Amino acid sequence: MRPFHYTRPESLNHASQLTASSNAVPLAGGTNLVDLMKLQVEVPRKLVDLNRIGMETIAEAPDGGLTIGALASNTATAVHARVRSDYPLLSRAILSGATQQLRNKATTGGNLCQRTRCSYFTNIDQPCNKRQPGSGCGALGGVARLHAILGTSAQCIATYPGDMAVALAALDARVEITGHGSHRSVPVRAFHLLPGDRPERDNVLEAGEIITAVTLPPPVKGRQIYRKVRERSSYAFALVSVAAIVAMDSGRIARADLAFGGLAHKPWHDPRLADLLIGEQPSAALFDKAACLLLENARSHGENEFKIPLTRRTLAAVLAEATEIDL
Amino acid sequence: MPIIINDTSLDVPADPRVTLLDFLRHHAGLTGTKKGCDHGQCGACTVLVNGMRINSCLALAIAHDGDTVTTIEGLGTPDAPSVMQQAFVDHDAMQCGYCTPGQICSATAMLQEIAAGWPSDVSTNLDGDISASAEEIRERMSGNLCRCGAYANIVSAIGEVAGRDRV
Repeated sequence: MRPFHYTRPESLNHASQLTASSNAVPLAGGTNLVDLMKLQVEVPRKLVDLNRIGMETIAEAPDGGLTIGALASNTATAVHARVRSDYPLLSRAILSGATQQLRNKATTGGNLCQRTRCSYFTNIDQPCNKRQPGSGCGALGGVARLHAILGTSAQCIATYPGDMAVALAALDARVEITGHGSHRSVPVRAFHLLPGDRPERDNVLEAGEIITAVTLPPPVKGRQIYRKVRERSSYAFALVSVAAIVAMDSGRIARADLAFGGLAHKPWHDPRLADLLIGEQPSAALFDKAACLLLENARSHGENEFKIPLTRRTLAAVLAEATEIDL
Repeated sequence: MPIIINDTSLDVPADPRVTLLDFLRHHAGLTGTKKGCDHGQCGACTVLVNGMRINSCLALAIAHDGDTVTTIEGLGTPDAPSVMQQAFVDHDAMQCGYCTPGQICSATAMLQEIAAGWPSDVSTNLDGDISASAEEIRERMSGNLCRCGAYANIVSAIGEVAGRDRV
């Protein structure tokens, strides 16, 4: 690890001031950041420890929703009584990721900000436009089995690796952000960025901005499912994951909030899917139509071509389970 | 504030780069906790911090002042082993033994998590009614790798302790 200064701010405003300076990085659970510092992928001059400024609370929101503090651990969120009863999708997504040791340390805000697990990003001997802008992309034409099929650019085909944020995207949660003396609230669906020409930017956070919480809207009716397909049955990142909230009314689909992991540089949400599905009777043909729409601009990069049929099948399986039909 | 390790207080290191794992091994002289991958993948470094199991290789010691850390040495001694330590011996739940301290710390916390009703990825429902089945034990211990492949006996050792309904 390269030398750095460790600071513990006295308040959120103090933390914001400290992280506004160049090459200062906030520290939450550290499960991803400390690892990347050992690999010298991250070389901050200053770490600003957010752990003891009172951001770990999970509290009822005035509108009936739930506010999850940015420093609430993944475990605390997954086992919280309201999350288990009203947002089981979120519990399931969190429990499908990492290990108990990592979930005990990892946090809400840190999980949203975790970096891609692209092996060209984590190996400083390889070219990577995300780690070192302008150095090229090793994954394009390289080993790209785990890489994105939607929203890629000529600069980067990395995926966002997490599960929690996929569930949050389906739930239409919001990221609460404080910085420079003001507050803003960003939908999770708009928090992460596509790589475009600036793959070094994972999300909309600016220097000096800190995630304070994630806010869940009031619970909605419907079946909640998180289906994760991976190469072993525990402790592996998603090849493809589907987060779904689906409600039926008189044999027709009345709600279809869907988000996808493993496909893109961000949790993928396509609002056209709900428009297509709502009001229709569930059927294999309908689900295939939804998959065609979702994947109409999908582009594979050699080894990850399997993700296109896998996404199609996983979506159909989730929709069949949610609507209780046999395929 | 110092870090409290197995009831002994130690000042945090001046160098912020020192991980909790290196602090335990090189500063506190507690070499029971092992360094396997040093990247949070193998679980050999698992210790309990304020009762919760974590990977000590991914924790910075300086950030844990005031916290209470329990290592394998704090769970029991050769003369007075903990129930879990004794079960690992009785079931021959290791071959080389390198991963064993992490396995035992992890398993000890795991049974408390089940007792608290925390669900896992393989739990049928989220309501907290969980039994320590082999399937649950395997999922909950997936953060602790054993390159000798002693998993069958690790599961039976943990299962025996879980069956006694105490940790």
